[in-house]
Amino acid sequence: MDILTRRKFLIASGVTGAGALAAGATAYGLSDLFDTAGDRDQDSRTLVLVTLYGGNDGLNTVVPYADPAYHDARPELAYSAEEVKRLDDRVGLNPALTGLHGLFTAGRLAIVRGVGYPTPDRSHFRSMDIWQTARPDRPEHTGWLGRWLDGAGGDPRLAVSFEPTLPPLLAGARSAGAAVPVTGRQARRPFADKTLASLAAAESGEPAGQARAAACFADLRAVDKMITEVREAAAAEEAENADAEEQPGATATGGARSSLQAQLDLVAQCVEVGVSSRVFSVSLGGFDTHADEKQLQAVLLGQVDRALSGFLDRMARSDAGRKVVVAVYSEFGRRVRANASDGTDHGTASDVFLMGTGVRGGLYGEAPNLTELDDGDLRFTTDFRDVYATLLERVLDTDPDQVLGHWPGRLPGVLT
Amino acid sequence: MVDRDAVAHLLRRATLGPTAAEVDAAERDGVAATLDRLLAPTGRDAGAAATPAPRLGADPFAGLDKKPSREQRQQAQRERAAQARRLADWWLDRMVAADHQLTEKLVFFWHGHWATSVRKVKSAQLMLGQLDTFRAQGRGRFEPLVRAMVRDPALILWLDGQKNTRAAPNENLARELMELFTLGIGNYTEADVKAGARALTGWQVDRDTAKARFVPRRHDPGEKTILGQTAAFDADSYARLLAARPEAGAFVAARLWFRFGSEDTAPPDSLAAATDGTTTGTLRAIFTSPAFAQTRGQLVKQPVEWIVGAMRQLGVRPGRLAEKERRELSNRLAGMDQVPLRPPSVGGWPAGEAWLTTSSLQARMRLATLLAGAAAPAVLQGLSAAPRAGRPDALARLLVVDRWTARTRTALTALADNPERLLAGGLISPEYTVC
Repeated sequence: MDILTRRKFLIASGVTGAGALAAGATAYGLSDLFDTAGDRDQDSRTLVLVTLYGGNDGLNTVVPYADPAYHDARPELAYSAEEVKRLDDRVGLNPALTGLHGLFTAGRLAIVRGVGYPTPDRSHFRSMDIWQTARPDRPEHTGWLGRWLDGAGGDPRLAVSFEPTLPPLLAGARSAGAAVPVTGRQARRPFADKTLASLAAAESGEPAGQARAAACFADLRAVDKMITEVREAAAAEEAENADAEEQPGATATGGARSSLQAQLDLVAQCVEVGVSSRVFSVSLGGFDTHADEKQLQAVLLGQVDRALSGFLDRMARSDAGRKVVVAVYSEFGRRVRANASDGTDHGTASDVFLMGTGVRGGLYGEAPNLTELDDGDLRFTTDFRDVYATLLERVLDTDPDQVLGHWPGRLPGVLT
Repeated sequence: MVDRDAVAHLLRRATLGPTAAEVDAAERDGVAATLDRLLAPTGRDAGAAATPAPRLGADPFAGLDKKPSREQRQQAQRERAAQARRLADWWLDRMVAADHQLTEKLVFFWHGHWATSVRKVKSAQLMLGQLDTFRAQGRGRFEPLVRAMVRDPALILWLDGQKNTRAAPNENLARELMELFTLGIGNYTEADVKAGARALTGWQVDRDTAKARFVPRRHDPGEKTILGQTAAFDADSYARLLAARPEAGAFVAARLWFRFGSEDTAPPDSLAAATDGTTTGTLRAIFTSPAFAQTRGQLVKQPVEWIVGAMRQLGVRPGRLAEKERRELSNRLAGMDQVPLRPPSVGGWPAGEAWLTTSSLQARMRLATLLAGAAAPAVLQGLSAAPRAGRPDALARLLVVDRWTARTRTALTALADNPERLLAGGLISPEYTVC
């Protein structure tokens, strides 16, 4: 698992940390920030893609508690009808997912059942490659949102990752999203801005690669500027709240803020000030549990639950936030049957969660049958590219064929 | 009178990054003699001899009990990871130290071509074995290389050849063999993939001995029809069939042109006809084709090429860096998405502008600072010795850049008071990013 989270397509940026900016930042208010806000169509939606690295056990996330086959296959690992947070008379959510259960009840969580791809690969990295490139059938260098970015003009600010490294899914053929770490170690750029500005200038007649190398300096300065502004805005807001002796968020979570939560906080700030970004990528690792899985998974799902439900509540309070659609996936689910060490091994199809004000809540697609297995594994019922195509079309206003090749599949009705 | 720009162009492409002294020597010797020396180096490679491959020892899993405890397994996994790091560190050091540079660059080319990753193979021993095969077979005809590769343990594990049996054929290796390694997409059918997989059945990797062995009872001895030919193909005869196809020659020549010539222009028609069927023959045809001279600046340096070249020019040996710096170096290489032994997929590494992102730029800037700080004192003294106004030109000579644009000259002139800053500035310049 280690390998996946450390897989570095591109490296963390050294943007000045928020702490350094907090001091002099009160001069800015949220409302008068951001020239980039004007670049954006106010009606456009924003995609927040949440990657759970390591293969989250889908059957213990959306639990088929009423199915005897579920209890037979994993007696020690199974959740009982009394334990789950019920969604209907057949399935319920993991007990750790109380916040998401509330969202489901409020009609803002859609669960797409049995999502996968043909001839599943049980290798973490190959399966994650497949999910991130959206090309199950052949090796591919570009991520699906990277290809979207190529088509959308290539400005790295359009697709931002708050992970330590840029995930493959944001790498296009001609462009790539911006990687911005949540907590910089106050890492300052090794070069003065003056040097970067000089090197950013275009020269006529130079080779294409050389011109692109120069343009990277301009892109980097643009990303820096955007993030600095977001952090200044956040610092200003915090300062205002401090004056009012109010600390929103400080008690809402009770406990250490997970890395996912910190990433989503920054997304929320960006969305609220109306940056031009259309895609945010965040992630949480550690789902590669093979033993003593039940407790470990519950801890991780608890983190996911607190981070996501807090984020969605916050998003529901602003116009820009109500245009946010969150999608959560992992590279595969687990095998139906438990292994000998109270865990499950790498499996196949699992569920994708879609959340937001613009989402029509409910269960979508068909739950895989627990007794008609393919060599011990669930057979997928919805191709993951149907989900991507829907997100491209309805959230990013893009013809999915440009990104996925010809792909007619959609999830009808899930987005308003 | 030899055009210095022309020999510099040849050396930038045929080495992992030439030093000014190497360009000087090539200018003296002329293009033809330089090319001969690159393609068929004579004499002992002192740099390579000084950097022998590490003795990795046995696979840590080989010594475990039949049913190891979780702790034993974890310990063995840690040792495996350490062996893989050691091998990657060594290889980088070898690339910097080797005198026979084209030989070393070809090993790296074939590594990207047969893109096998230690992430799945999980054995430094087997990865080193594969590199040895590239070293032994990578310069000659294609057929011996393909025959060696279909029984290469690392490749077999990487593409599930291990699972490919008569009872349950696994098509992974056969498909990639034709699509990515020998023929190229469109030059075979799905039926060829199925039949090819049957030909490859029966090879098993024994991790304890680090060898692949043929297990007859797992092999499908029946007749197969592959690419229109019917016979009881096995791995060897299938490999020979593929290597003999005209598509294979054209495919490999195009791949070589793509990495040594240009990503933007198609390989010249003359390429296939001009070669004697060996890799070095194809390279000679590439480097001597009129089209090659027109490709200056058209390749974006791969991160490994960028860093190895910089270390050669700055007199830095990664093997002699402190452990902390060596780790930062390999972490930042990962930040630029190119760690030797870990290609992102069987498709190999990307090329061209895909390397040029804001994220990779940040890794490059940090590496440039690290390398400039580690530069040999003589290198910094050489820059300081030039009058301030002449330092950008001295830097261009050091880094084998033909000339700076006005933009970059402005940026570098502002850094000229501090040779270390100047050096780092040169390394991140757009001109140094391409070759």
